[in-house]
Amino acid sequence: MSSSPVAGPAPTGPSSGPATGSAGQPAPDRPRGPGRPGRRIRPVSSRARHRPRRGIARYWPQFLAVSPYYLIFSVFMLFPMLYTVYLAFQKWDGIGEMEFVGLQQFRFLWDDPVFWLSLRNTLVIWVLSTVPMLFLALVMAVLINSTRRFTAFYRVALFIPSITSLVAIAIFFGAIFSNNFGLINAILQSLNLSAVPWLSNEWTIKLVIAALMTWQWTGYNAIIYLAGLQAIPSELYEAAKMDGAGPVRIFFGITIPLLRPIILFTVVISTVTGLQSFTEPQVLFGSDASTNPNSGGPGQAGLTTLLYFYHQAFDNNDFGYAAAIVWAFFLLILLIVIINWRLVQRKERRP
Amino acid sequence: MNSQNRKRLRGLSVHAVLMLCVVISVFPFYWIIVMATNTSQDIYRYPPKLWFGDNLLTNIQHLFDKMDFFGSLFNTVIVAVCTTLLVLFFDSLAAFAFAKYDFPAKKFLFGLLLAMYILPTQLAIIPQYEIMIQLGWLGTLQALIVPAAANAFGIFWMRQYTITGVPDELLDAARIDGSGFFRQYWHVVLPCVRPALAFLGIYTFIAAWNDYILPLVMLVNPDELTLQVALAQLYAGHSTDYSMVMAGVLLAVIPLVLVFTFFARGFIADATKGALR
Repeated sequence: MSSSPVAGPAPTGPSSGPATGSAGQPAPDRPRGPGRPGRRIRPVSSRARHRPRRGIARYWPQFLAVSPYYLIFSVFMLFPMLYTVYLAFQKWDGIGEMEFVGLQQFRFLWDDPVFWLSLRNTLVIWVLSTVPMLFLALVMAVLINSTRRFTAFYRVALFIPSITSLVAIAIFFGAIFSNNFGLINAILQSLNLSAVPWLSNEWTIKLVIAALMTWQWTGYNAIIYLAGLQAIPSELYEAAKMDGAGPVRIFFGITIPLLRPIILFTVVISTVTGLQSFTEPQVLFGSDASTNPNSGGPGQAGLTTLLYFYHQAFDNNDFGYAAAIVWAFFLLILLIVIINWRLVQRKERRP
Repeated sequence: MNSQNRKRLRGLSVHAVLMLCVVISVFPFYWIIVMATNTSQDIYRYPPKLWFGDNLLTNIQHLFDKMDFFGSLFNTVIVAVCTTLLVLFFDSLAAFAFAKYDFPAKKFLFGLLLAMYILPTQLAIIPQYEIMIQLGWLGTLQALIVPAAANAFGIFWMRQYTITGVPDELLDAARIDGSGFFRQYWHVVLPCVRPALAFLGIYTFIAAWNDYILPLVMLVNPDELTLQVALAQLYAGHSTDYSMVMAGVLLAVIPLVLVFTFFARGFIADATKGALR
């Protein structure tokens, strides 16, 4: 336990979930407020010009301190996000005049088969990657938690994929899953199996992308789970053993329920990142000369929604339509996150 | 005795499974080196070569003919270093104000920070692109550095650390000596929050180094790219010359991974802490 990464108090709730955070309680943890008048101790100087300023001007250092973030944020994030909403009701190629078209972009979106194809691709890839990823991560975490040797080594080795450049990994996967000369097909051949055209088939394209995401994030999630496991007090396990509970019962009766906040966190994070896959297909099929490089490969099987968005915006310069795609997609992500959240929360209420 | 043997066997099988996971985790790095040190013919051959060759220097030479490697490396380093320094400075300063002071609209501003945490940056990217055109920044590195300098996670992370990591007694003492807000920041807060800055710095540096979509959109000049965009283009243009492309991947990726393993233990502990909050 000495190497436990959870130095602070055990996690108590889904606080790492984006919005809830500790937004509600920032104030109480600062006991002495120098901003408050009258509490300033000034034994050295009582000159009049050093008297605390009145009103809002008194807080100028604090406002100055937080202003860089909010300035950059307003100019480069908040304003653009709102402007994207505005754009979704326009027709605009980025150069000429804007033309207000009302809900036409969204109507077009609704009837656009490629948009629905991209949504289906995105969801399939997300499920194919997230389910094995989180399951394997939990198994790995339980295994590491059951031993005391080499744990530091395992943690580092398993964490490395998550900091590796996605472009590099996509190139690597493109190389080993190559239809003709890839390592995977060479292995199949040596086992007397026939080669698989991995990057030409509708389903294997999705499998390769999902495998890439699974490879990159399983270790990261395992280490998050491991931290959660180490925070579970061992007395609980001992008490359960005394009561005659077997390892399976202990796992489902104690480990899983106590890990629930962390499972929720990993589910939310892998939903948000998994649904935003873009680089993987963009790099993998960037060399596909027979079609547009941003089309997502043969049959557009690797066309994720964000790739479609990018294609509409920066290849077709159809900024109004791209804005409609990205906002519709964001609302969909939000919906899925809320559903996930509700599902996990509801289970929590059960005894 | 028998049960002890069984226990040992179970321990061994646990390590066997975990070692398999480790092998899968690091196998790409091994295979990238194999591909980068052999010729493309060796890789295409059946059965393929499984061990390092001696063709690395030739491959690197080809790479330098096809790609402005050092130019891209230079751009990437500039972007990563500038972004990291700006984030460290802005976020630790804002975190100090949030952690130790009360000021009007503080709750509102902090809530905004957390809400922005979940909004995907793609929602903003089209107008960002237009703004960069208006500013004349399109194709320049500040188009990447300036937007990345606003990092909500960093403020959140530094605030958590500042609350407990900077003793109020020290701040009070500094105040009694007549130090204002910024003097306290410089002389008291910065020395105290160094461990948290180390994590945030590594995190920001890696994220900036690996970023792909923003440079892809903003760096419209093909002579001025970052490594990630240059590598993707190299692969798109020469996808059959694996050994040359892999030499590029090797040079662009492996140093960062090696440097990372050096800091890894503390970084991973901090990363899980950040996630569990």
